Amino acid sequence: MATAAPSAERTPPQRRRWRGSRRIAVGVALLVLAFLLALRQLGLLFPDAIVWPTMLAAAGVALIWRQWGGRGRPAPPPTAVPPATVAPADVAGQEQRAAIRNLYRGGFGVALIVGAGLLFLYANGALSGLGDVALTALVAIAALGLILAPFWWRLANTLAAERAERIRSQERAEVAAHLHDSVLQTLALVQQRASDPKTVATLARRQERELRDWLRGRPPTAERESFAAALDAAAEAVEEAHGVRIDVVAVGDHALDERAEALVAATREALTNAAKFAGEAGPVSVYAEASPQRVQVFVRDRGPGFRLAGVPADRRGVRESIVGRMARHGGSATVHTAPGQGTEVELVLGDGRGE
Amino acid sequence: MNPSVVIVDDHELFRAGVRSELAEHVDVVGDAAGVDTAVPAILGAEPDVVLLDVHMPGGGGVEVIRQVAKVRPEQRFLALSVSDAPDDVIAVIRAGARGYVTKSISSAELADAVRRVADGDAVFSPRLAGFVLDAFAGSLPATQVDPELDQLTAREREVLQHIARGYMYKEIALRLGISAKTVEAHVSAVLRKLQLSNRHELSRWAVQRRLVD
Repeated sequence: MATAAPSAERTPPQRRRWRGSRRIAVGVALLVLAFLLALRQLGLLFPDAIVWPTMLAAAGVALIWRQWGGRGRPAPPPTAVPPATVAPADVAGQEQRAAIRNLYRGGFGVALIVGAGLLFLYANGALSGLGDVALTALVAIAALGLILAPFWWRLANTLAAERAERIRSQERAEVAAHLHDSVLQTLALVQQRASDPKTVATLARRQERELRDWLRGRPPTAERESFAAALDAAAEAVEEAHGVRIDVVAVGDHALDERAEALVAATREALTNAAKFAGEAGPVSVYAEASPQRVQVFVRDRGPGFRLAGVPADRRGVRESIVGRMARHGGSATVHTAPGQGTEVELVLGDGRGE
Repeated sequence: MNPSVVIVDDHELFRAGVRSELAEHVDVVGDAAGVDTAVPAILGAEPDVVLLDVHMPGGGGVEVIRQVAKVRPEQRFLALSVSDAPDDVIAVIRAGARGYVTKSISSAELADAVRRVADGDAVFSPRLAGFVLDAFAGSLPATQVDPELDQLTAREREVLQHIARGYMYKEIALRLGISAKTVEAHVSAVLRKLQLSNRHELSRWAVQRRLVD
């Protein structure tokens, strides 16, 4: 889906531009024609030998000016697409195609003007004696073209190769810079803290997450706005605070509204509990299933578990921050646990319609 | 008897690590570092299970599965990777791997997964279960649905959700009141659907990885 959309978005403006140039050329030609015809009507007599070539030349000039005049670089390559999704080769191809199209348009304008000149000369009888000279010139130009063609060809190839190489080395420099800022820094830290396994594990986890985001070309979790992203961010925070591995599996997604935020906060609380009381027993699993109508989160640890009835009433963690919070936002929280079975907290948020 | 295993991974350090960690539980009968060496190694050793890295120079795990399957279609593969990109995972499963686990798996779990694949069962990690639920989520126009292949049954969904929540097969069986064998049958059924269904999410992944043209 991401691959098809950009190219579809990219072509129309250029085509529109091309159509625009054509229209402008025709329009200018017609304006000049109208002007000359009006003058003729007023009695200022222009012969056909002037009217038609002038019109042609006007169209050609309009094309060339639109192409090469005024705006510096014609038809800038569109950059509306986020850079991460466009391969450099793709951009280069686009630019090349645009350049070729510009060349055609310019060439068409030149041909129009030269044609207008020839037509003018011919109509005025100036070409009659020039046949031989023209032929000589034509042959000379053809010969010159044949001689120079290989050089041009090679020049164009070299330029293209250089350009590709430049893009490649830019890419490489960017990758190198990123790895330097992230992975190398982390590795240096890991070596420094080699005696502290917990810190090392945390550092490695953080780097792993960051690198994965980068490889997938998506912004860091903190900059994404959705329920699944907020859940990831909460898991990352708890992971860092407690040094416990948390595996998040999320299916679907949901807008990050107030209720979803409450659900994330409750999840975070459940994760903190799991990390505190069951962190030694292995990774904590988070599974979220979200649809526009319903969001469900399971937080499961492999800890010792406990007897629900045995929790003293003054322990407000679960009661307030999880069960109470969910209830206030029209959801529910259930704790499944038994000694030796681990603990699973189930959080559900329905849309309130026939749940 | 311990299952025999060939390890295919381009990281020497990883191969050595798996070899020593699994030494008690499986017989490592060979290893290879790339597609070219892996195919003859597998065909020569005829192991019960091939532990296969997804990303390797020369075509990756998918290419190994393809080439081996031409000669030895019954060969069982367990894919193993640091990647958790859905298209990598789905691609290797659709190519024919019987399971997928990430390299962060503990060695006890890995040994268990190898044994399971050797027995002909499927191995789903929580993440893979999540991908599958994602891929089979949403409804299709009724005319296009082949219920045999394009939809999960309620029970299969339930089993996958439990896997995604971090439960082991035994625990799932206990919770759902069915036997462990039934849980495995459900997972195998899901694997079959994953490999044969033409649901567009799966097809899209497959096309991106050039599994089908």
